[in-house]
Amino acid sequence: MSTPRGVTGNILTSATEGAANTVNAPFGHALVRAAEKNPRIVGLTADLGKYTDIHVFAEKFPTRFFQMGMAEQSLVGCACGLARTGFVPFATTYAVFATRRAYDFIAIGAALGRANVKIIAGLPGLITGYGGTHQGIEDLALMRSVPNLTVIDPCDATEVAQATTAIAEHDGPVYMRLLRGQVPVVLDEKTYRFEIGRARLLLDGADVAIISTGLMTGRALDAARDLAAANIRAAVLHVSTLKPFDADAVASLLARVPRVVTAENHVVTGGLGSAVADCAVANGLPVRLRKVGIPDCFCESGSLPFLARHYKMTAPDIAAAAHDILK
Amino acid sequence: MNAPAPDLAYIRQRAHAMRRHVLRMAEIVGQGYVGQGLDITDLLAVLFCGELRFDPADPKWPDRDRFVLSTGHYAIGLYAALAETGVIPLAELDTYGADGSRLEMSAPETTPGVEMTGGSLGHGLTQSVGMALGLRLDGKSARVFNLLSDGECQEGSTWEAAMAGAHHRLDRLFAFIDCNNQQADGPPARIMGIEPLDKKWEAFGWHTQRVNGNDPAALLAALATAKATPGCPHAIVLDTLMGRGVPLFEQREKNHFIRVSPDEWSIARRQLEEAAP
Repeated sequence: MSTPRGVTGNILTSATEGAANTVNAPFGHALVRAAEKNPRIVGLTADLGKYTDIHVFAEKFPTRFFQMGMAEQSLVGCACGLARTGFVPFATTYAVFATRRAYDFIAIGAALGRANVKIIAGLPGLITGYGGTHQGIEDLALMRSVPNLTVIDPCDATEVAQATTAIAEHDGPVYMRLLRGQVPVVLDEKTYRFEIGRARLLLDGADVAIISTGLMTGRALDAARDLAAANIRAAVLHVSTLKPFDADAVASLLARVPRVVTAENHVVTGGLGSAVADCAVANGLPVRLRKVGIPDCFCESGSLPFLARHYKMTAPDIAAAAHDILK
Repeated sequence: MNAPAPDLAYIRQRAHAMRRHVLRMAEIVGQGYVGQGLDITDLLAVLFCGELRFDPADPKWPDRDRFVLSTGHYAIGLYAALAETGVIPLAELDTYGADGSRLEMSAPETTPGVEMTGGSLGHGLTQSVGMALGLRLDGKSARVFNLLSDGECQEGSTWEAAMAGAHHRLDRLFAFIDCNNQQADGPPARIMGIEPLDKKWEAFGWHTQRVNGNDPAALLAALATAKATPGCPHAIVLDTLMGRGVPLFEQREKNHFIRVSPDEWSIARRQLEEAAP
């Protein structure tokens, strides 16, 4: 008898299904809390309200919510117009649609004039099994290269909530990746403080530095625990703001710990790994670096555990990269 | 704060003054979007000299009507209107297109009186929809007037925004579609057919009229009709003549971006003054 095979699940099947500790719709609820304080906050979506958790806001503030239909250029352009009349629009869709279909509207409409628009992008990277059409694998590279834009990839429910509060208070265009539905908790909300542009050292260690972003930070922490069992002390620096990039924090870690593994839920070209490499070169730091992330390809469809293993994105893959670099 | 009530003779005089400003700017750079600047001044005179509520001393006045220039290269026309109505100094027109000037060839939102950075065509109506939604949510009676072009109707985002404007019943939103029958590579019918534009806008749920865009009387009448029609946004399709008011430019075959030899400017100025109202 053959081994049971995984199957592609619902489009929204969580990448971390089965996690013990989760929070439901952290973005939607944090947005409601922000909107209770600030009446200028409005919400928009392009036919993906419940798929991006903004339905929580829409139910609470129906007159401040605008359904734009399946039209992402109109979604972003309209958000820019709302910003120009003094509102703080949060516009949600999937990362693939925001960045591939509405790039010019983000770049020219929002970023060029620093319009106070927040683009919230669902299904980042390998968080859906629906293949190249739905997996936003290169969005960070695109968004990181747009001047004036702030780019955030939160790692868990705690950070999604805190980052939502922070960007609501921040004056300027933001692109934030979204974790939605039942989102695992990795960071302790009592001790963790998200700040735009600040990387956080979650774990210190002198043997190898793991620099991670987005949901890969949870796997980086798991990898660090595995490495500790093998007597390898790993530091984990979580870089949730890709832009502005916390070059000081990264450079000071690289200066101390020159063997580096980067981990990102994104192609390894133009994302976190590239930013870390740029930072090392700019600071004249001789480092050995391995990038864990999606290779230069469109990914297959499939179950999420299968995809994570197939593209070497698991915690053991991060630990293996660390072992490799320490050889 | 409000301009005087519309009077045909008055509007024709202001349109003529704006055309002078257009030639003044174009002569300094020796070339440019003169044809568009001249074809749109009749509409700009109707809007800026009677219809739009704005404060030249305070271009960011929150209750102002918004004039949204989607076609950034029509900046030469907009600057003429802004100078004629005192938003920017007349003397500044001499810096049009010069290095370091805020009067860039394609209008940037950093210039007073420019609501958004147009030029990447297909943006203007999407942002106008957002502005109209925002103004309505704020309970303001301010209106949004968007100028787009015939060629711009080839951009899909224009129609995304057209759907949204009708769906959200934005009846303080007005779109003027300048049909001067000339886009970068030639006439739209040869590049990518877009007619019948009036029927298309109507089918998208907009109250639509089609008028001679170089006839101020027709423009005033169309505006009055649009304002008296509640419940949906308004499209006014304008048939205009590139280079209107200067026969030398009206008759140019390729007039999307006109190159003018130095000796032609005196002819152009003379022709314009011969048609003075």
